[in-house]
Parts: sequence; C-alpha cells; structure tokens
Amino acid sequence: MKNTELEADVLIIGGGTAGCYAAYTLGQNNKDLKVIIVEKANIKRSGCLAAGVNAINAYITKGRTAQQYVDYCKKDADGIVREDLLLSMSNRLNSVTKVMEDLGLVILKDSNGEYVSRGNRNIKINGENIKPILADAVRQQPNVQILNHVNITDLIYRDGAVYGAVGFSTTCEEFFSFKCANVLIATGGAAGLYRPNNPGFSRHKMWYPPFNTGAGYAMGILAGAEMTTFEMRFIALRCKDTIAPTGTIAQGVGAKQTNSRGEVYESKYGITTSNRLYGTVTENREGRGPCYLDTTHISSEQEEELYKAYLNMAPSQTLKWLESGTGPKGKPVEIEGTEPYIVGGHTASGFWVDNDRRTTIKGLYAAGDVAGGAPQKYVTGALAEGEIAAEAIAQDIDSKRRLETKKDVTENIDLFIRQTVTDKFREYESYLKNKDNVEDFVATITIDQMETAMQKVMDEYAGGISRNYQYNETELGLAREHIERLQRILPQLRAVDMNDLLRIYEIRERLIVCLNVIAHLKARKETRWHSFAENTDYPDKSSKWLKYVNSRRLPDGEIEIIERNLVEHIKGTDGHYTDPSILARYRA
Amino acid sequence: MSIFIDRNKCVGCGKCADVCPGNLLKITDHKAVIRHPEDCWGCTSCLKECKVEAVKFFLGADIGGRGSTLTYTYGDDNRTVTWKVISPDKVERVIVIDTQESNKY
Repeated sequence: MKNTELEADVLIIGGGTAGCYAAYTLGQNNKDLKVIIVEKANIKRSGCLAAGVNAINAYITKGRTAQQYVDYCKKDADGIVREDLLLSMSNRLNSVTKVMEDLGLVILKDSNGEYVSRGNRNIKINGENIKPILADAVRQQPNVQILNHVNITDLIYRDGAVYGAVGFSTTCEEFFSFKCANVLIATGGAAGLYRPNNPGFSRHKMWYPPFNTGAGYAMGILAGAEMTTFEMRFIALRCKDTIAPTGTIAQGVGAKQTNSRGEVYESKYGITTSNRLYGTVTENREGRGPCYLDTTHISSEQEEELYKAYLNMAPSQTLKWLESGTGPKGKPVEIEGTEPYIVGGHTASGFWVDNDRRTTIKGLYAAGDVAGGAPQKYVTGALAEGEIAAEAIAQDIDSKRRLETKKDVTENIDLFIRQTVTDKFREYESYLKNKDNVEDFVATITIDQMETAMQKVMDEYAGGISRNYQYNETELGLAREHIERLQRILPQLRAVDMNDLLRIYEIRERLIVCLNVIAHLKARKETRWHSFAENTDYPDKSSKWLKYVNSRRLPDGEIEIIERNLVEHIKGTDGHYTDPSILARYRA
Repeated sequence: MSIFIDRNKCVGCGKCADVCPGNLLKITDHKAVIRHPEDCWGCTSCLKECKVEAVKFFLGADIGGRGSTLTYTYGDDNRTVTWKVISPDKVERVIVIDTQESNKY
C-alpha cells in the first residue's frame, strides 16, 4: 500500500458548497497560504448541488433586512437557534450571490435589472450548473490543491487541538496523511441513518445526498468537540417516490397542501416547516391520506416550465410525470415525509461554533451543513459560512505568526502524529486483509446487512417513518443498545477493494452519529417540534427547554450532555465556551 | 432509480466514474460499470459528462418506473441542452432547455 504524506497551511475536508467557497475565498484573499481541499468524490458535482438547484432560498430581497431573515429562522425553529450565527450569515447572503452571478450563475431579472423574487426570501435561478461553476472557480486558484477521490476518516487530535487528518484513496491502493494545524470541516450532514422512503431498489432515491454520511460530525464527536441540537432532525416534505423538492410547486405555482377529501389542511396545523410535515403525517394517520400539493389549477405553459425546472434540479420528477403520461396539471402531486436527516443547513444540528465558525477544538473550524446553530442556510448560507470560516482561518494564522507561537508542532507532537497515522493505517489494513483471497473468506456480516440493520434500528426505536417519527425513552434505550451492538461487530466487515473500504467507513461514521442523535433525543424532555423531535413521554412543549442541548463525547466513549442558555446576541469571537451559561452536565 | 450504461456506445473514457458523487462507477474491460445500481442517487452527473450518450437514466419500478429512459445531450451551440424521454415502444419526448434562461418558478 502506497503512503502519501502531505502538509498544508489549511486543510479543507469536503469539497461541497461550503468547502469550495472557503477554498475560493482563501485563493482570492490569501495567496501566500498553501491550501489543500480533499473530497471523497469529485468537487465538480459532489455534495448537495450535484443535480442543481433552481432557486436561491436564502436571500435578502428588496425592502427586507438580514435581521428579518434571522427572525424568520428563529420562529421556524421555535427559538432554538444561534442568532449571532444567523446574523453573520444573513449579512453575507447577497454578496455571495453576487459573486456566484459574476462567476456565471444565471439569475432571473425583471426589466429593471432587479432579481425576481419568489416569496420573501427566494430568488429564481438556473442552477443546474451551479456546482461546476463553483468548482471551476476553485480550480483557478493557484494556491489551492484539489485532491479528488480521497476519503478522510479521522482527525489527528490531542488535548483539544487538531494537527491533521488521515484517509485513503477511494480508487487506488493509497493511504493519505495530512499534517496541518488549521482544518476546516465542510463534509455536510448525514443521510442514511434511518430506513429510507424507498428501501428496495431505489433506496438511494432520497432528498439529501446519500453520500453525505456524517463524516465530519463523526470526526468531531470522536475528537471531543462540542456538538449542538442533534435532536432537531430534519424531515423534508417531498414529492412521493422521487423525493424531489416541493418549493417549486408550493411557492412557485402556489400549490396548496390538500388531503384525499380535497380539504386544504396546511393552515390547520401551522405553517412552520415541522408543522407542515406533521400535518401531513396526521392527515395520513387519521385516514385522510394520501396528501397532495394541488397543482391542477396551472396552465399548460406552466406545466411545461415545471418540466424544465425539475430537469434542472431533480430530473427524476420530470421523468416520472412524462413517463406516466400525466403531468402536474392533470393530477395533483402526492407528497410524503422523508426519513429523518441530520443537517445543520436546514435545522440546527452540528458543531457548536463561535461566530467565526471556530469549533471547540483548537485549529478546527466548521462551515455549511456540518456546523450547528444556524438553520435555513441553504446554498447561500453555506457559501457565507465558507467565507466566514476562511477569513477566520487566515486571521488566526496571521496572529499566530505575529505572536510567533508556532511552537505547537514540536518533536513530541511529530512523534504523536506519526503514531496516530500508523495506527490508523493499520486499521484500514485490517479491513483489507482478505482482499486477495476473497474466495476463501466467508463473512457472515456484510456491509449491506450492517446498513440495513442500522436503518431498521433507527426507524423502529428512534422515530423513523414507520413510527410516524415518534419515540419514547424505552425505545431510545433499545436503539442505543442495538447501535452499540453494531459498532462492536463492525470490525468483522471485510473490504475487497478501496470502494468497499469507503462503504465500511461510511457505516462507521453513521453509527457514531446515530448514538449522538439518540442521546440528544433522550436529553430534550419535551416536544418542541412536532415530528422533528416527537417524544411521546413528553408530548408537550416546556419553557424549561428553551435552551440548547449540546453534547461532548468523553474519552471513555460516554456522551456527556451539556445544557446551554440561548445565545441571543453577538458575543464576540473568543471561541472558548467557558461562559457561565452552562446549566447542567450529565451523562446521556 | 438508477442508470443504465449502453456498452455498445461506451468508449471507456472514465469521465462518468470520475464525476459520480457516490464513487459508484468504475471502468472494467474498457467499459463503464455501475457497482451497485441501487446506490445511485439520480443526480444525472454521469449523463452530463458522457459525450457519446452511453448513459441512460431510468426510474425503478418501486418508484413508478415504466421502462422509459432519460438521456441528455449538450448542444453544439454551447448553450442549449436536450433531454429526451424514450418510452419502451420508442416514442420520444424532447425538452430543450436554454442554459442562459432561469427557471420561472
């Protein structure tokens, strides 16, 4: 096995929306810094934007303010947000949009040259090629090295500081180690924890990228980083079967949520994101399903435009309409809730960060879906966070250099890094040890089995689709027991090639994330958001829980729960969370 | 839902394998092969990379598929793209999109 060692001033893990924008920012502003961006697939189409997107969902439209966007997010999450993070993000939504337009993104304008808005917070675009545009911009930065098809599995960390990362090629027999004291995690959220909508052949026909498997969350959890709000799961309301987005028909052509009796039910349950979903679940449970977005009022021209809009974002939906012979004009679009995802760009799960997106691990930063506290980021919020983190990293490197405190990397640390890398490489080898005698080796537990088992446990005991997203403490106890069982048998898995190794590590990271989700669901003893976190032992909302549920994995593997008071204003950027807002700490 | 690779058309250039966000494609005997068809997300990145229209997209029967395929061609004008739905009895439905035009909704 070939071993490759690399060093950089800045290491960016994950080449999706936030990671690419951070790399672009460092390329534009800090040409003296050597930056490596590592991506497990290819930055051209990796992450959430692979198929495209057809609106910018977070934009401060004419006459509105950044604070109004913050207020909207806060209301939607019933108070559990970081207003400081939301405001710093909202202040940049429009400037990053302008950069993307200058790079080639097509945005709809009216005759006065103004962007055409869709509702209060959206603008319409042709975003089919948004990711290739962004990737091209990164490629043009001479100080940025792009490593595609390299999967990072672990951070190198000690005593609350990061020193690099370890991974392997997904295509050839090569292990990688990176020595770097400034690491940005931008790996996205986690899909595939729960049994999906289409568990058979189309198991990956989900809304969130099935390849976002929570790697960054897992790396942070293992390193002892503080995490926040993993109990605020995100469950999307989507077109049935194709799990295609619904905003284009709900907001775009004004389709209302109706049940099988033709009744408009959306106003009955409230219009927050979670209530729109909960309403649909309830209508189904009480026998008034299936539920629809009623599109039958649209014109033939509108129908044609919807075919195009979906081809630019979720082509399976257009194929479904055309193949069935009936489009959205002829038949309302059936909708359903997805399996729960953990995603800090829609709800608030992720790393606990300061306003500059520093995590609680020294030298480690987080941006995009992996960073917590700031929901409704969408594309532009992820871009904004990439920019904020990149600026903070450059500033921190600069102050370190000025203060000449660069004694971090001592001989002692070098030795420690080498030891960590050796141990990790040995672990990779252990999964690959039978690759050359596959015929002789009979494994009873396979990668697919592990995935199915994990998803079944989460579905049945931690509030998946089959349980109408509900759970109780007893069930969560069982969920933990079974996920821990799966963690124990994980080392039995065998990889015949590097692709198998990737799949094994994707399961490993999802199991780590599952345990954190379970601990958080158990800790919040109320039901603040229907469906997102519906605890049947505590079916009501309680003002006592108007606070964050945070967590930290202790060296013995236990998850410590930390309750924190709401951060309501910008607190500065010290980044070290020793403030007196800690209310309680206990083991999950 | 997944993709289907026409081995007669595939030239084994590897562009689809390079771009797939799930690392699902590989080149075996100079042809692209999908390792796990059930792991395809349906993003169609591979269709957009393929210069010989060897990659076709379809919906699995479990999500309403009826055997039609979807193909993608980037126009010679460097501006339009053509999506084609071809039914099992070879009826074609073509949608042309101007990449410089925004979505209306």
